[in-house]
Amino acid sequence: MLLQDTALIYGRYLRQSLRSRFALLFGLLMPLLYLCFFGPLLTGLPLGGRGSSWQLLVPGLLLQLGLFGASFAGFSIIIENSQGVVERMRVTPVSRLALLLGRVLRDTTVFVFQAVLLVLAAVAMGLRAPLGGVLIGFAFVALLTVSLGSLSYAMAMKVHTPQEFGPLVNAMTMPSMLLSGLMLPMSLAPAWLDVLSHLMPFRYLVDAVRDAYVGSYTTGHMLYGVLVALGLSGLAVTVGTRVFRTARA
Amino acid sequence: MAVISAAGLARTFQTRRGPVEAVRGIDLTVREGEILGFLGPNGAGKTTTLRMLTTLLAPTGGAATVAGHDLAADPAGVRRACGYVAQSGGVDAQISVREELVTQGRLYRLTKPQAIARAGELARELGLDELLDRKTSALSGGQRRRLDIAMALTHRPKVLFLDEPTTGLDPGSRADLWDLIRRLRDEHGTTVFLTTHYLDEADALSDRLVIVDRGVVVADGTPSALKLEHGGSIDASLQDTFLAITGRGPAPVDATPVAV
Repeated sequence: MLLQDTALIYGRYLRQSLRSRFALLFGLLMPLLYLCFFGPLLTGLPLGGRGSSWQLLVPGLLLQLGLFGASFAGFSIIIENSQGVVERMRVTPVSRLALLLGRVLRDTTVFVFQAVLLVLAAVAMGLRAPLGGVLIGFAFVALLTVSLGSLSYAMAMKVHTPQEFGPLVNAMTMPSMLLSGLMLPMSLAPAWLDVLSHLMPFRYLVDAVRDAYVGSYTTGHMLYGVLVALGLSGLAVTVGTRVFRTARA
Repeated sequence: MAVISAAGLARTFQTRRGPVEAVRGIDLTVREGEILGFLGPNGAGKTTTLRMLTTLLAPTGGAATVAGHDLAADPAGVRRACGYVAQSGGVDAQISVREELVTQGRLYRLTKPQAIARAGELARELGLDELLDRKTSALSGGQRRRLDIAMALTHRPKVLFLDEPTTGLDPGSRADLWDLIRRLRDEHGTTVFLTTHYLDEADALSDRLVIVDRGVVVADGTPSALKLEHGGSIDASLQDTFLAITGRGPAPVDATPVAV
């Protein structure tokens, strides 16, 4: 039942995404700009990590893609709420979890697709990384999308206008990006900033993907990254389903 | 036999400015095959009541059964038994009529071939055959409404809830919709629970009226009985009867002109 319902909702929203090629690629714009115009600045700098500067930067850009893309996923449901689409679905016997999962899995598909394109572009720019590590990177993008997408939909069900939603998401994503060391590794940071950044869950994800990109798959970073990513997804899906089950007031 | 019965159904919203009692205690019964007009001034609690009876909103007090299913204990049973058309409808503007109808069938757990067949049936029955491949944004107001109702009829519900179904429609489309509602009752025995602000509509269509004000039922009866009781005569207009019941007559005319 759940699988069938999820597949149905997933199909509906994937067709929606495919109808709009622009939306399908738009999320790539920001990381691609960073890749082309920021990436080359790092090639000669001592960044302290192993491997090339691309092996440091691309993992950060992948998670940036997930962070900004998935956090704004809720916008679509604000529009659907105003059209009455969500309520119309909620009066049918369809599984509440499926209403969330179908949407979140669509987002995951879209962002992993964008991540693949981003990595291809990065290879053209000079990235060299082991295939296993690259695949692990995609898995982290997927988990991050599941987490942030679920939270974004949950939050969008609670606010009533896009005007409230946009600033709220911005206020959360910008500090998340800076504090998790997406652009430059936190190993360059003074002690206080390094400590602060450990409070930011995404930091563990970036560290894990950076390890993966230099071929180190059995490190402490990887373990913490996997645990945090899985924990965050579980928590976010639980919260999201709760919101879809109870109504919005 | 009662297909809907509610006792003390209530909903209080917690807002920043304190609790708001949108519905304070609705008692009503609806018989099978009845067309019930649910009337009341703006803000009386009509939509909130409808959303509770269709499981969209959990009541904060009271109880109700719909088609033999308890609202609190068996919401899934209620969902299988009732269809709901919200004021705003509920179709995606970018999707074709066919896709919306088929997806709706699938949401009601029909197999794909069943859902496709049912979409065809509904399109024929509601005069949408020619429009199946149009985007819903390209439909007229009346066509949109027929699609909304078709979606709600997908699973042949025993009870159909319609929230202001004819608001914004031209007279011709309204008359068509009235015919459709009567046909549903006559041919399928569907119970129809509808809210409206058009008193001529309530008069023409409803077997019985329930009038709510400030979250409680203030009158309940056939249109003629209410006119006799509250309007003073069986020939009173429903407008006057409604105003007498809700105590909101036209503002008294002040004899002195406003100084300019």
